[in-house]
This record gives sequence, structure tokens and C-alpha cells, in this order.
Amino acid sequence: MEKTQNNKAWFLVLPVLVIVAFSAVIPLMTVVNYSVNDTFGNNEFFWAGLEWFDEMVHSSRLHEALGRQTLFSAIILAIEVPLGIFVALNMPKKGFWASLVLVLMALPLLIPFNVVGTIWQIFGRTDIGLLGRGLKALGLDYNYTSDPLDAWITVIVMDVWHWTSLVALLCYAGLQSIPQAYYQAARIDQASRWAVFRYIELPKMKGVLLIAVLLRFMDSFMIYTEPFVVTGGGPGNSTTFLSIDLVKMAVGQFDLGPAAAFSIMYFLVILLVSWVFYTVMTNLDRSQTDIPEAM
Amino acid sequence: MAQITLKNLAHSYLPNPQSETDYALKEMDHVWQDGGAYALLGSSGCGKTTLLNIISGLLTPSHGRVLFGDRDVTDATTAERNIAQVFQFPVVYDTMNVRDNLAFPLKNRGKDAAYIKARVDQIARMIGMEAWLDRKAQGLTADAKQKISLGRGMVREDVNAILFDEPLTVIDPHMKWELRTQLKELHRQFGHTMIYVTHDQTEALTFAQKVVVMYEGRVVQMGTPEELFERPAHTFVGYFIGSPGMNFLEADVQGDRALLPGGETVMLGAHYGPVAGRVQIGIRPEHATLVASGGLPLTIRRIEDVGRHRLVRGEVMGRPLNVVMPEGMPVEGLPQVAFAPQKINVYADDWRVVPQEEGAA
Repeated sequence: MEKTQNNKAWFLVLPVLVIVAFSAVIPLMTVVNYSVNDTFGNNEFFWAGLEWFDEMVHSSRLHEALGRQTLFSAIILAIEVPLGIFVALNMPKKGFWASLVLVLMALPLLIPFNVVGTIWQIFGRTDIGLLGRGLKALGLDYNYTSDPLDAWITVIVMDVWHWTSLVALLCYAGLQSIPQAYYQAARIDQASRWAVFRYIELPKMKGVLLIAVLLRFMDSFMIYTEPFVVTGGGPGNSTTFLSIDLVKMAVGQFDLGPAAAFSIMYFLVILLVSWVFYTVMTNLDRSQTDIPEAM
Repeated sequence: MAQITLKNLAHSYLPNPQSETDYALKEMDHVWQDGGAYALLGSSGCGKTTLLNIISGLLTPSHGRVLFGDRDVTDATTAERNIAQVFQFPVVYDTMNVRDNLAFPLKNRGKDAAYIKARVDQIARMIGMEAWLDRKAQGLTADAKQKISLGRGMVREDVNAILFDEPLTVIDPHMKWELRTQLKELHRQFGHTMIYVTHDQTEALTFAQKVVVMYEGRVVQMGTPEELFERPAHTFVGYFIGSPGMNFLEADVQGDRALLPGGETVMLGAHYGPVAGRVQIGIRPEHATLVASGGLPLTIRRIEDVGRHRLVRGEVMGRPLNVVMPEGMPVEGLPQVAFAPQKINVYADDWRVVPQEEGAA
């Protein structure tokens, strides 16, 4: 029998559609509108077509920012994911110390982004900062305001400090959900510590790791506040990541058209890369479970 | 392979156990014969798994010693004890295929490839997973996974014992029979000591030569299925084994007769010395019959037809009493119940009292 279709149910979705329209679709469309127009102020717009997109695609400024951004995200993931797993593996599993460590681990995640930036900005200063002065006292020539490499190291260490906890907590949750029987079976089977990690813990953490990688990729690829507070994108343009560059372009230079085109492409890149990550990781999973029905 | 001795063994999960109730396992002394097939039977939470984990070395007992043969292994690791254990829920290594799962314990012990292959093929045939050897273990059904767990438990030939912790819980009934038969067959073939934890009496009685019944952290009886049925050492064994369980009536035992509170007398098959404490007589429903006269008055509440026999549920002096009647035997006109004197057991404070002749013999 045919199921009767009642399209009136769509009305129930209407409130959500309205809210989403005002919160996301309409602002996004404003950006789209900017990206295809030119303006000299006074709310006057002139049709520019895809000119801004063409300009941005060929802009070496954007290419460089994208390169820095990609390098930054790659380094962040390469450090935070293994480090987070390592920390999670070594966290106490129960009792007083487990609670204490959980609270300590959660602390960096609770600090507002600009405060994190300020903390490190002061921490790294060579005149009054503990880190900066300490390194200086050790005879190291450290200065994040003048040396691009020092600036990079500072921004990366800051991000690792800020966000490794997230990866660790996610992994910890994944580890806690592994039934004791798996560890017992491994002991019976005389599995080495490495084998326990490789064949029990890592596979069981795969789900949370996917989430951790996705979150860390997206957040690091969109990073703005912390490096802006610490280095302001400098020295030179050495730590000018995509968001920082975008804000400079839009708010600093008031190039609304190019900035709008830039932000649309930026958004698409994040969407694309996230999709690729997700698809690759879930497919990896599927190829392993793909079992024809036989039994 | 070795005989397993538990010496003054007790275990408490608390750091400073005060009273007896703090112990998950009360003190026990037992010897498990080399090559025996044992079933560890008891209701949930009676300490079966604790005992099993102590034998396998996953848990170190807080008191007493564990000996394999003459060797004290109390502080030895699981690997040193060379024990295989299968858990209640399937444990497979998801990212490996079935073959690697089965080979894993052998590889970890550095066996050579040819031997591993031959052994894995043999085990795969036994658990009926030959066609699945190159599949990933992830995504298999629960019973396929449990078969892999069983296979991994059996793949090593030189183990001291194989322990099963309710391994067939997730398996569906027809497969249960088949796997249990295979386990018995395996036991006959290789003669490994096997300890099989279960709360299912049928499973215990069909699998084991000796059944160990546990109750509240204590081994209350270790015996053949027949012994458990005929002479339960504790009222719990009487209740737990048999379907329905043993009937118990309060009584005052004097010599070879029991006086019931109502003034009736029941003849016992043996002579007893003075019995103190709370005294009960126990009789299996199978050993009670309905009679026209000369027994105890029975009020019949319900009659259940359970196939090959009928189950009469009634009351004697306000106490529930069950009788198993052979099929086709009429119930009408038989208002009383009589017991086979030889089959009556006497209990004082829940423990069986040994009659004088048996004690002397």
C-alpha cells in the first residue's frame, strides 16, 4: 500500500528555517553580494562579476597566507594528535588523581582566546616575561617580535598548550570506554604494550580521533585571536594567517569586494578539506568492515 | 599441565577487610585435578569470576596461595602461568583478520610460521570459521566473534588450563549445543584442565565431570552431577540444582525419623546422631510421590504439564512442596504425599548432616 504523503509537516520545519536564514543564510548572502560588487562607500554598488574572485585566485598575498596557514595546521595536527594520545594513555584511570588531572587538563580550554594570547604575549616578552627572560638567561637569542622563527615557535607552542587538552580528553574518553576484558585478553595472549596500543587502544579510539582531527583542523585553520594578540601577524607577514589577512583586508583596508571573495573561498577550502578528512577516515573504516552477507 | 591447588585462598576487594562480609571469596582449600573438566556454577555475584581471575592470574588474591603442581604461582603473571581464558563477551582484535586473531597468542610466543599456520587451520576447522579466515574481524556477528575468542583460547596446545567465563552467553541456542559438544570433544582429545564458569545448571551438568557450586563467596560443594543431585551438601545446592529445586521442610530429627511441627513422622533412610540448630529435611520432587494414604496431607495448588512429566505444586502444612509425577499417572484420589526414605537428606543450619552409617563407612 502506498503511504499517504502529508506535506503539511514541512510547516513544522519553518521556524528553524527562519532562524537559520537570519543567523546564517542572509549574512552569507550579504558576503556573496559584496563579492560580486564594487563599492566606493555611500552604499553605492557596481557590478563587478567574478573580477574579485579572479584577482584573489591569482593573488600572491593570498597564496602566501594559505601556505602559512596550511603549514601551521599541519604542524599543529602533527604535534597535538600524537601528544594528546600520549597524554591520554598516561592519565590516571580512576580515583582522586583522575579527577584532579581532568580538571587540570580542562583548564586551558576554559580560558578565553584573547586571554590565552595575552598570557603568552607577556610570558614570551624578553623584558618582563618568564619564558622570554628565562630563555635569554640561558643564552638563547629569543625574540618573537623580531625573529619569524621565534614567532612561529611561540604561536605553535601556545596552540599546543591551549588545545592538546582537547585531543587528550577526547582520547581519554575513548580509552575509558574500552572494556577491561580486552586488556585481560591481551594479557592472556601475552601481547606487548605496543601490541595493546596498536590492536586494542588505537582501533577503539578511531572514532574520537576522527572528531579530534576534524576539530583541530578546522579550529587551527581558522585561528585568529591568539596569534593576533601575540604577534599581530608579524614580524613582517610571517605569522599572518588567513583570518588575520582577511580582517586586515576587510576592516583595515576596507576592500570589501576582494575580502568577500576571499572569505567565500576560505570557507569553501575549509569545507572541502573537512569533507576530504571525513570521507577518507570513514572509508578507511568501511573497507575494513565491508563483509558480504554469507553466514 | 598441572594440578591446581588453592591453599587457604581468600580475596577481598577492600584494602582492610574487617568482617566476613567484606570478602568476595571466603577462605577455601581445593585441589583441581590435572585434566579435569570442571564447571563453576553459582548465581550472579557469588564470586565465580573472582575465583577464575585468581586462577588465571588477572587478579592477585589478598590471602592464601595458588599452586600449579608444586610451583607457587600466586605472584606469577598470566603469561608465566600459561593459561588461556575466554571471556563472557567476545574480545577480538578489530583491525586484524580472523587468521591473525587466531594466530596472535602463538605469534606473541614466537612460534614458527609453519606451525602457526597448521594450528590456525586446525582451530578454524573446529570452530567452523575456515571460510572466514581472511576477513576482518570487525563487523562480524557477536557469535562469530565469540567463536574467534574461543578459538584463540584453544589455539595453544601447551596451556596449563583453559578457563571459560560464561563463554556462551551471546551465542544462540543451537550453536550453544554445538560449541559445548566441541569443547567436550576437545577436552577428550587434548586432556587440558578446563574450568567453565556458568550460572546455567544444564550447561554445567552437561559439560563437566565435576561441578563446583559457589554461594556467597564460598564453594559449597564440589562433586559429580549425581552427587549434587542425590546429596546436596548445602540447601543452596538443593535449590539451585534441579528443576524445580529440592523441597525443604522444618523438622526435628531423632534417630531415623523426623518429626514435623504438625506431629507427623517421616521415616528417614538412615540413622542420625543428635542434630542441633535449624533442622530441615530435604527431598527432591522426583523422589516424592502422591499416595492414597500413609503420607503427609498435601494441598494441591496447581498442576503443570511439562512434557515428559507433570509437576504438582502444592503445600504441606503451609510450606510449598513440589512433586514430579510420571506422565499418565492420575492425581485424583491421592491426597497425600510420601517420600522415598533413602533419598531424604537432613540439614542443620543449611549444611547437610552426615548420617551415622555413612560417616562411619
